[in-house]
Amino acid sequence: MEFNISQSVRREDVPDKIAGIAKYIGDYKFKDMLYARTLRSTEARAIIKNIVFPKLPDGYCIVDKGDVPGRNRVKIIDYDMPFFADGVVNYIGEPIALVVGKDKRVIESILSQIRVEYQRIEPILSVEDGLNAEKPIFGDNNCFSDYTISKGDMVSAKRRAKFVYEGEYETGYQEQFYLEPQGMIGVYEEGKVSIYGSIQCPYYVKNAVEECLGFEPYRVRIVQTTTGGGFGGKEDYPSLIGGQVACAALKTKKPVCLIFERNEDIEVTTKRHPSKIRLKSYIDENYRVLGMEGDIVLDAGAYSGLSSVVLQRAMFASAGVYNIENLVVRGRAVATNKVVSGAFRGFGAPQAFFAIEMHMEHIARELGIDPFEFKLSNILRQGDRSTTGGLYRDRILLPEMVNRVIKMSSLEEKKKAFKEKRKIGKLNGIGLSMFFHGGGFTGSGERDHIKGRVRLVKDDKGYVEILVSNVEMGQGAGTTLRKIAAKTLEVPLSKIIFNNPDTDRVPDSGPTVASRTTVIVGKLVQEASEKLKERWSEDRVEVEVQYKYPEGFYWDNDRFEGDAYTSYSWGVNAVEVEVDPTTCEVKINGVWAVFDIGSAIDERIVKGQIDGGIVQGLGYASIEVMEDRSGKIMQRKSTDYTIPTSMDVPEIKSELMCEPYGGGPFGAKALGELTLVGAAPAYALAIEDALGVKINKIPVRPEHLMEVVQNGK
Amino acid sequence: MKINLKINNINRDIDVEPGEVLYDVLRRCGFTSIKKACGTSSCGVCTVLLDGMPVPSCSYLAVKADGHNITTIEGIKEEADRIGKFMVEEGAVQCGFCSPGFLLTVIAMEREIENPDSQGIKNYLAGNLCRCSGYEGQLRAVKKYMGVSE
Ligand code: FES
Ligand code: FES
Repeated sequence: MEFNISQSVRREDVPDKIAGIAKYIGDYKFKDMLYARTLRSTEARAIIKNIVFPKLPDGYCIVDKGDVPGRNRVKIIDYDMPFFADGVVNYIGEPIALVVGKDKRVIESILSQIRVEYQRIEPILSVEDGLNAEKPIFGDNNCFSDYTISKGDMVSAKRRAKFVYEGEYETGYQEQFYLEPQGMIGVYEEGKVSIYGSIQCPYYVKNAVEECLGFEPYRVRIVQTTTGGGFGGKEDYPSLIGGQVACAALKTKKPVCLIFERNEDIEVTTKRHPSKIRLKSYIDENYRVLGMEGDIVLDAGAYSGLSSVVLQRAMFASAGVYNIENLVVRGRAVATNKVVSGAFRGFGAPQAFFAIEMHMEHIARELGIDPFEFKLSNILRQGDRSTTGGLYRDRILLPEMVNRVIKMSSLEEKKKAFKEKRKIGKLNGIGLSMFFHGGGFTGSGERDHIKGRVRLVKDDKGYVEILVSNVEMGQGAGTTLRKIAAKTLEVPLSKIIFNNPDTDRVPDSGPTVASRTTVIVGKLVQEASEKLKERWSEDRVEVEVQYKYPEGFYWDNDRFEGDAYTSYSWGVNAVEVEVDPTTCEVKINGVWAVFDIGSAIDERIVKGQIDGGIVQGLGYASIEVMEDRSGKIMQRKSTDYTIPTSMDVPEIKSELMCEPYGGGPFGAKALGELTLVGAAPAYALAIEDALGVKINKIPVRPEHLMEVVQNGK
Repeated sequence: MKINLKINNINRDIDVEPGEVLYDVLRRCGFTSIKKACGTSSCGVCTVLLDGMPVPSCSYLAVKADGHNITTIEGIKEEADRIGKFMVEEGAVQCGFCSPGFLLTVIAMEREIENPDSQGIKNYLAGNLCRCSGYEGQLRAVKKYMGVSE
């Protein structure tokens, strides 16, 4: 069947969603199903001295650490987080036990009668305290990770430099706020546990549950249910609650359903790491950035979770899209007695790109030169080396993309007009950001950890089912993968089947994270389809392929040297704002974007990712304020934590430019995360343009702006 | 206590607790198209129509709805299909969790305001959160459906 791969098709999952018949986890009913609610720590750091339970009515029970038959540690990267607190608690909201039973109201009443006696320990509530901790939460230095990357010769760069500029940048928490809260159901039947849930990574949950129960792999099955958004928030956390419902099902021998309320979800699940990033640049008389020293500190929260890899991604992006040949960057993920920071679309990159984009702008302003010229004269080109010494093998279209965005947004005309407007007190501004995102796991993760496998099964009627562990969570993965198979096999799309994964049926093709589903898994689907095509005449065929690390690439994971990624996607965003002179409230008047994601597998799906990602990025930069006090999240209700509404965003004008990636299906590269990364710096730069101030911190809050403006900067 | 609800044109007598919200009652009766994302009437996901007007069922006491007409997606298949077509075409649906509530709100808007312009549409839909689509696809779909240019 001949069709252009980029041309949009109808998504198969959408009609059921519109009709309200798609089944999310809350729509599953099992016979005799029980419900669970979580008893949580109210202390940031304490020893549990004693727990007094009320007398439980018949049919109700407590599930806690004593009910974990295997290892009471969640396997994420390390094993530090317990399924149920084991004598100590390290953050407010840490799970201690489940109360399980038939009636939700009875469960609530039991919960309210449980008394936990704590012996408080002085908590570590900031990264500063964490770096000087007398009683560390983790290890000797209280850092889950402490890495340094370096390249070139910093000493000579410093000697040759004529100017030095140093700045510090800060970013806040961000909550994924997938509209469907976390939820799972555990079922125990004939010696086997099945877990149903709203998840991104079926095999992560499977591995965690196997160890939690001490079960052989064949006794644990994970089924993904239609998932109402993830954005990284359903990458690691489901492993924790998956183990909990598994223990509960095993204990009660009944299905047990645990679904979070929104406020609970906001308060206790993982979020984007707050960051503090210090950058010091050494610049020569021709305004070339010769060298850079960086120091990245992430607030990891109470357990390590995914922090080590988030930190790596932030470090590898620390120089942004600029060719800085000499560089030393230290990164630390600091333990604090706060909710665990985790994965959120961008995974360390939004923090790093905010810092470097502001930094470069501030250097130019400090030196009194044109920021665009300065940035473009330092920009990466094909053949340059990354922060880890990896080669940029493909053409980098950034200069063309910048030109295009400038045209689309009439940036130059606007800059001029805004200058005039400012004279009469109207505060408009426009900002532009440049950024990239590396596709797939960092470093050798795809080769050494994931080793993704993809299977295709063709039946005698010519239907082909794609068997992968990657999930459709709204992003369009099901349609994208089906299109890749159909196009390769030259059969109609209707012949290709994609179902929500069930680990009893699908091989481990890796998690649905790191923008890897199209570029890595899609490529495997394409390879499997090619193999299948050769055997098309057979009645029933099954083919399986496994990921192979592409030739010519290199990664040393001990030294963090080589190709941190095998492909890069690129973006340029412009944001126009208008600032109210009295309240300092900011209105967004326009957004323009150009992305190079190689070839688009489906333009409508791509546009959806672009729009959604940019709006999340704008929320991150502006209204999505989340702070903690004494270890407690202050915005822990849906009424306090606000995400953008349709009123907050103007139409987003976006275009694609294409430098295809030979290693991706039909030349496609990574997309999902890239779209979020550039919005925050473009927004902040637009405000700088409007007000003539320096912004070093997001979210940009009107009250802070007022202070800055009043201080007359 | 007993209340009477006319759900999608069918009268039903239902036993409810005094503090029970409409969301729980309707889901208990099998209308599982209704989803809940916040529980505090701040997202629009749980929207149903009460005598044609959109209300957040998560925060609406069931007893207050006694004797009224309730519409859910299950009850307006044809209209849903008509609007749904544009939602498919414009990529207005990703994870879909917000879709039923959104669609019902569009139907209410259509009945309530004549010839809305694009700003009017945005205003009306501002209470319906969507975390996936950035609202662009949704707004394009509604504008096309309602024949609003610009
Ligand atoms: S769930 Fe009712 S308004 Fe959000
Ligand atoms: S489509 Fe996911 S929240 Fe709207």
